Amino acid sequence: MILKVLKYSFHDLNRSRWSAVYLLFYLALGSGLLFLNNDLSRAVVTLLNVVIVLTPLIGTVLGITWFNNASEFTELLLAQPIRRTTIILGQYLGLSLALSFSLVVGLGLPFLAYGLIRSTAIFEFLLLLGVGVLLSFIFVGLAFAIALTHENRVKGFGYAILAWLFFAVLYDGLFLIALVSFSEYPLERFALIATFGNPIDLSRILILLKLDISALMGYTGAVFARFFGTPLGMTLSLTALLAWCALPLLHITWKLRRKDF
Amino acid sequence: MIEIEKLQKRFGRLEVLKSLDLSIPRGGIHAVLGPNGSGKTTLIKSILGMVVPDAGSIRIAGEPVVGEWKYRDNISYLPQIAHFPANLTVRELIRMIRDLRARPARDEALIRHFRIEPFLDKRLGHLSGGTRQKVNLVLAFMFEADLVLLDEPTSGLDPVSIVRLRELLAREREAGRTIIVTTHIMSLAEEIADEVIFVLEGRIHFQGTLTEIRNRTGQATLETAIAAILSEHQPSA
Repeated sequence: MILKVLKYSFHDLNRSRWSAVYLLFYLALGSGLLFLNNDLSRAVVTLLNVVIVLTPLIGTVLGITWFNNASEFTELLLAQPIRRTTIILGQYLGLSLALSFSLVVGLGLPFLAYGLIRSTAIFEFLLLLGVGVLLSFIFVGLAFAIALTHENRVKGFGYAILAWLFFAVLYDGLFLIALVSFSEYPLERFALIATFGNPIDLSRILILLKLDISALMGYTGAVFARFFGTPLGMTLSLTALLAWCALPLLHITWKLRRKDF
Repeated sequence: MIEIEKLQKRFGRLEVLKSLDLSIPRGGIHAVLGPNGSGKTTLIKSILGMVVPDAGSIRIAGEPVVGEWKYRDNISYLPQIAHFPANLTVRELIRMIRDLRARPARDEALIRHFRIEPFLDKRLGHLSGGTRQKVNLVLAFMFEADLVLLDEPTSGLDPVSIVRLRELLAREREAGRTIIVTTHIMSLAEEIADEVIFVLEGRIHFQGTLTEIRNRTGQATLETAIAAILSEHQPSA
């Protein structure tokens, strides 16, 4: 049943042209960066900064607007013999998969055409796509959770944007302030743990360290490289990202038990 | 068919259902009447599981249904305001709901009955309110469910379609279905209902046949009978 809901959500999205616009954007971005950089691994680095901020933003904005726009569809489904969680999770998967599809195809095609298979940056590129997909799932989930919690749509939209702003911008600022004000103490452990509190930071560091430019990050960078560079670090941070995917879903299922439509 | 005990629901500070008890036997048309905000829609939505009650129990055919979902397979629902995904055409919508329910459906006969063939390939967002309501009716009746919940089925319908709806309701009753309908139109209730359920301020104030309500109030029509009950309970109104 969840597949049917997923199918119709996906269908609805394709029809609204949003995912096509998003796909075209990534196609243009990928081709543009390759053309300007003229080098695959350098294009990956530039892409990193775009993907890591943009996929959460698009996930948040589309998540909240689409959830609200689909309210008719949701109401129609609620009167059918389908479990509530199946309906909402089906829609969540539909949107997340549609966004991931645009990302992977939109960036994948130009890089493939440029000779990705033969390049050394293939692992980094795949990691970047994987992280982009995970970030899409995380932020669509967050947006759905926020939309379910706030009946008032304008408020819901505001909170969702604030959540994105917090993770994409404010968190780093607070992190930096904390590091500066407690600079007399050993902070490596704190920094490591704090990184896990933000999926965007986690993704960024995960890829940066793979790109071997961690030397730029000084002593803390060394600690990070030692941690994230190891298979254990990789596994832990990927697990953390998956946990970040699950967190909003737990909130959604919990909210749905008492929600009135 | 339906047993409701001590059903309570509040939305914020507003207490909509106040320990409502109701028992509806199998078969026949049961008209739920009551002023705006009396809790009719909340009652229907609670039976359907769209609204989660704060307390109390609902049983359908002996089974408790709060928090369940499978029982909806045998329920058809017509929402008060027809909200449909605006991007779909009428045909796609019907096909989608058929696919989701995977149950034999008689949509074609109903499409002819309500004369909506010309609109089948139009997008739902472009339909007039009345046509949308007819589509709504097709969806509500196409699965031949035992229990049919209709929330204001006449809203937006032209007189010809109301006549068709009345014919359909009569046929459905003959087929042995249980139909619960909320309406503001007293003449409709008077014509089709086997039983009248009058809801006021979240409680059932009267349940019985049309003759019973007329006798109890000493009024000749349902409209004046309802008005009489209302003034009993709200002397200032």
